[in-house]
Parts: sequence; structure tokens; C-alpha cells
Amino acid sequence: MSVADYAFYLFALTTVMGGFFTVMARNPVHSVLWLITAFVGATGLFVLLGAEFVAMLLMIVYVGAVAVLFLFVVMMLDVDFAALKAEMAQSLPLALLIGVILLMELGTIFGTWHFADGAEAARQFVTPAITEVHNTEALGLVLYTDNILLFQLAGLILLVAMIGAIVLTLRHRTHVKRQNVVAQMHRDPAEAMDLIDVKPGQGL
Amino acid sequence: MVGLEHYLGVAAALFVIGIFGLFLNRKNVIILLMSIELMLLAVNINLVAFSSYLGDLTGQVFTLFVLTVAAAEAAIGLAILVSFFRNRGTIAVEDVNVMKG
Repeated sequence: MSVADYAFYLFALTTVMGGFFTVMARNPVHSVLWLITAFVGATGLFVLLGAEFVAMLLMIVYVGAVAVLFLFVVMMLDVDFAALKAEMAQSLPLALLIGVILLMELGTIFGTWHFADGAEAARQFVTPAITEVHNTEALGLVLYTDNILLFQLAGLILLVAMIGAIVLTLRHRTHVKRQNVVAQMHRDPAEAMDLIDVKPGQGL
Repeated sequence: MVGLEHYLGVAAALFVIGIFGLFLNRKNVIILLMSIELMLLAVNINLVAFSSYLGDLTGQVFTLFVLTVAAAEAAIGLAILVSFFRNRGTIAVEDVNVMKG
């Protein structure tokens, strides 16, 4: 076995163990940390497969943004997680049954499948040789030319998600006084103040 | 030499763990969202493995888009979760059907 094989088994074990403890952990903060472990393992697998750009993207987007978002929400919400976990034992047999059946179904493909005869000819974007064009450049050459519509639509999806998340979570409390900058800037000394000449001994 | 089957095996295991988590934590929406992320990660591993072994970049391009949609889905899901928690003080999923109007 070469070093790459050992690295594969290490990363595969990390990924699967991270995933397993994500769904089994009692504390949701631990769940998020195990999720990060699974993402890091998958990043290693992607590097082994030669997809460096996607690997780094996984690290930045998933570990840097999504997992931290999960961590924020878990820590922000004051939820009694023990009560939610209490009924976990009830649903364990059903979950195990479905999991084992699905795993057996997926296991039937092993050893029996092969690439179709026309698969090599049907490739749409053939990967160029790594000595000429590296992975990021090859992906960019494909992404910004043939897939430009999908690329722009992905950006649109992110924009909609951003606006949607802001609209959903923004709230205006009625009893909190806020600074109204426009009203402040339109204040006029002539209207804001009254100069009254008070006569001595008379008062207002 | 590690073959394509090994990567497919890892992806299959991860996908099944995701579904297992969906059924196991039916009440806790945060763990449900994390299970969905695990399943999307399994799909990504499949796409990249096939892309690498077939020599076709389409799989990696698809992975980029799956990643985008997964990030958007997590953000929206967590935003809905936060506003639901503000209104009801709990994140138990079975209370969600109270919202139907």
C-alpha cells in the first residue's frame, strides 16, 4: 500500500466517523464540531482525487461559513436539547432498519457495475492533462464559458437566499427608541428653538 | 491502488448516515439540517469521484452548484428556524403544523 492509500483510509474514516457522531452526539455543539470533522475528511478525499479547487472551496464555504452559521444558531437559541433527545431511543429501531436496508441496496452495486462502452466518447468537458492546465484553471475555462448561465443563476440563488435570510430574521421592536438620522439632519434651528424675551418681574 | 468503488463506498455510507440521522432526530431541526448537509456532501463525493476517474470536468462543475445550493439552503433554513423559535419558543418539528393557515 502506498502513502496515498493510507491517506485515503484515514480521510475516509474521518469522514464517516464525523458523520456518524454528528447524528449521534448528545450535545448539538459537539454535533457541529463533528460535522466540521466530516467536512475536513471530505476535503482530504477531494485533494486525493485531484479536485483541489473544489476541496479548498469545501473548506472555505462549508467549514468557514455553513458550519460556523450552525454554531451561531445552536449557541444563540436557548433550547432544552435534553428534552428533544429524550425520544431518540424510540425512533432508533426504525432508523436502524431503514439505514440497513438502504445500505444493502447501495451495496448491491459493488463489483457488478462498469463504465458503459460509450462513456469515454460521451464526455462533455474532458479534463486536460495536469501538466498543461492545472485543476483551477481547467475548471475556470469550463465554468466561465459553457456554463456561464448556470454560474449566473447560482449567483442569483445566493442573492435571493441572502435577502430572504435578512427579511426573515430582521425585526423591529416597538418599544425600543431608535435614532432617526434623516429626521436629525432635517432639524432646523429656527423651528427647534424659541427665543422668548422674558420681562423682569413678570414671568411667562 | 484505491479504486472508484472505495470512494463510492464512503459516499454511500455517508448518505445512509444522513438518512439515519433524519429518522433518529425527528424533533431537532438543527440536527435535521446537518443531516441534509451530510447527504449533500455524500453526493458531492460521488460527483467528484466519477469526475476524477472518468476524466470529465462536468462532475466538478456540478459540485460547485450543489455547494451553492447547499449554502443557500442552510442559510434560509436557519433563518426560518430562528424566526420560528422567536414566535414559539421551541424548535420541535411537530409543532410546525400549527402554522398552517
